[in-house]
Amino acid sequence: MSQADVKGRGAVSDVRLPPRGRDQPPQPASRRTTFYGTLFRNELHTTFRRWRTLALLAVLAAVPILVGIAVKIETGDGSSTTGGGGGPAFISQITNNGLFLVFTALAATLPFFLPMSIGVIAGDAIAGEANAGTLRYLLVAPAGRTRLLLTKYATVMTFCLVATLVVAVSALTVGAVLFPLGDLTTISGTQITFAEGLGRALLIALVVAASLTGVAALGLFVSTLTNSGIAAMATTVGLLITVQILDQIPQLHALQPYFFSHYWLSFADLMREPVYWDDLVKNLGLQALYAAVFGSAAWARFLAKDITT
Amino acid sequence: MDQPSATDPDPEGSGDGAGGDAGGDESGDESVIRTRALTKRYRGGQLAVDGLDLTVPAGSVFGFLGPNGSGKTTTIRMLMGLIEPTSGTARVLGRPMPRAARTVLPHVGALIEGPALYGFLSGRDNLVRYDAADPTADPRTRNTRVAAALDRVGLAAAAGKKAKAYSLGMKQRLGLAAALLQPRRLLVLDEPTNGLDPQGMREIRSLVRELASDGTTVFLSSHLLDEIEQVCTHAAVMAQGRLITQGLVADLAAGTRGRLVVTTPDPADAARVLKEQGAGDVVVAEDRVTADPPDGELADITMALVTAGVRVRGFGVERASLEDAFVALTGEGFDVAG
Ligand SMILES: Nc1ncnc2c1ncn2[C@@H]1O[C@H](COP(=O)(O)OP(=O)(O)OP(=O)(O)O)[C@@H](O)[C@H]1O
Ligand SMILES: [Mg+2]
Repeated sequence: MSQADVKGRGAVSDVRLPPRGRDQPPQPASRRTTFYGTLFRNELHTTFRRWRTLALLAVLAAVPILVGIAVKIETGDGSSTTGGGGGPAFISQITNNGLFLVFTALAATLPFFLPMSIGVIAGDAIAGEANAGTLRYLLVAPAGRTRLLLTKYATVMTFCLVATLVVAVSALTVGAVLFPLGDLTTISGTQITFAEGLGRALLIALVVAASLTGVAALGLFVSTLTNSGIAAMATTVGLLITVQILDQIPQLHALQPYFFSHYWLSFADLMREPVYWDDLVKNLGLQALYAAVFGSAAWARFLAKDITT
Repeated sequence: MDQPSATDPDPEGSGDGAGGDAGGDESGDESVIRTRALTKRYRGGQLAVDGLDLTVPAGSVFGFLGPNGSGKTTTIRMLMGLIEPTSGTARVLGRPMPRAARTVLPHVGALIEGPALYGFLSGRDNLVRYDAADPTADPRTRNTRVAAALDRVGLAAAAGKKAKAYSLGMKQRLGLAAALLQPRRLLVLDEPTNGLDPQGMREIRSLVRELASDGTTVFLSSHLLDEIEQVCTHAAVMAQGRLITQGLVADLAAGTRGRLVVTTPDPADAARVLKEQGAGDVVVAEDRVTADPPDGELADITMALVTAGVRVRGFGVERASLEDAFVALTGEGFDVAG
């Protein structure tokens, strides 16, 4: 699914199949694609047309702008930048190289803004439809419960990717406008070219998006538990904040490796030379575990659910 | 994912497809909906439907009646596979629900407890979304079918408007359009004329007749009894989760006898003559005299009236309405059963 399809607001997404000869029977393969494809395309189209989705993306795009301007003003005073909260290793380097704004912005949005926006979209996925009553018509269409749930999860995952890329692209743009670009120094102190730096930035964005799959599955599960979209969103975001707080309490350190957010900032290890993979792999494994556990729970719950709204 | 055999993109073909599928189960059984001891107890403990044995013959326009809270919508939810029965079975188009939802539902258009729409989408895009949710719907004909459905419910001019800007009746029409996106073998309409203007109601009635004449079975729940009387061939009456009666509408109304009505400036004389002629339960109200008609030729009564010098302004038998039958069956009480 290309960006153009997602953003093509006026066009009705489902009718732009390549014209096929009338005499040519539809291929089994294409029918299978259609089985999941049309609903998924429509779901993306519907999700990305909502004001709420666009507002979330706008907030995410604004974060790098604010960080960029703040850093610019601070250094404009003549004082040198001092390491701050999110991603101290990166923020001090922004004035030398705008590309570091990408890493800083991702480090700043990953703990809260990004997962919160995922929580909103995932929490609303089923509960919002139930609340509006549209769920019963989708099921009577019949969308199929498994197919609908898979479509919803795929859409939330797409949103994770789009949201992360929005942060990254906004940061890159602001970085390029406000600061110089060029070769950069890794955390390990080695030099890499700007092109390689860009590649790492893209890789980091993908890892950040993948870091959100656990929250997405959790949000979808919560969404199957209630008929109120607001309640599901609030619960998911509440869980997110709780886990983030618990992750800071030293007495709980035996549990902390199982918190979905525990290895989130490991993406910085992609900026080492050589790359330090341990925590990255743990993070991705943990996300897969959460996706499997809460995905199955959501499926079991949704299949047995009485739809009375 | 097991692909249902009725997923042929060609709507004609798919119609035949499920006909073939269902044929085995349906042979010798012309019912489109058949429930056996269907029971639903909600999680709160409320027994909403209690041992329902409902049979809806193919090709009928079936009125589903009952006071508020009698379990009509709950029954429809079970038939559509939205909720699991507590016990008992339901078969729709000859196949068990909710198990066969995938193969059955593409042939069923439904309006359940009013329309539900995406306010931020246009009327047209709402239909496109519901159509996209149906895996058997051919995407290549989607735009044409959506336009035809909008046209059919008189919404073509408002198709581009956001659904949140629709009036109650327009939303109802759009909900109906969603049920008409494909040729259907069964239409389930839960209070379809709710919120419609008189023209809209007439349109729906003629639409239902038209669909029925094309062979679609229509299952219609409504509180407007004269509406049911006008369009339905069959009816069932529910009260407190139980089925009270089902059968031909004509038989239902006939169960309650009609009344003989004489309008006259001489009511006292008329009442005397009617009693002489063997009419029972004679009631005089100003210039109207009503009575249970006696057996035999009614023309003999007019003759007796005229012979006795009673001046007659009007004479006739008022047929018992379905409303009379309904009240007789479900009681006069206004309060909803708890
Ligand atoms: N989700 C629910 N949970 C618990 N009880 C319910 C639920 N939905 C309906 N009921 C109860 O089930 C009974 C039947 O309700 P139902 O909606 O089927 O009635 P109905 O015949 O459609 O009424 P109406 O004519 O008002 O639409 C009622 O007593 C109602 O209180
Ligand atoms: Mg109802």
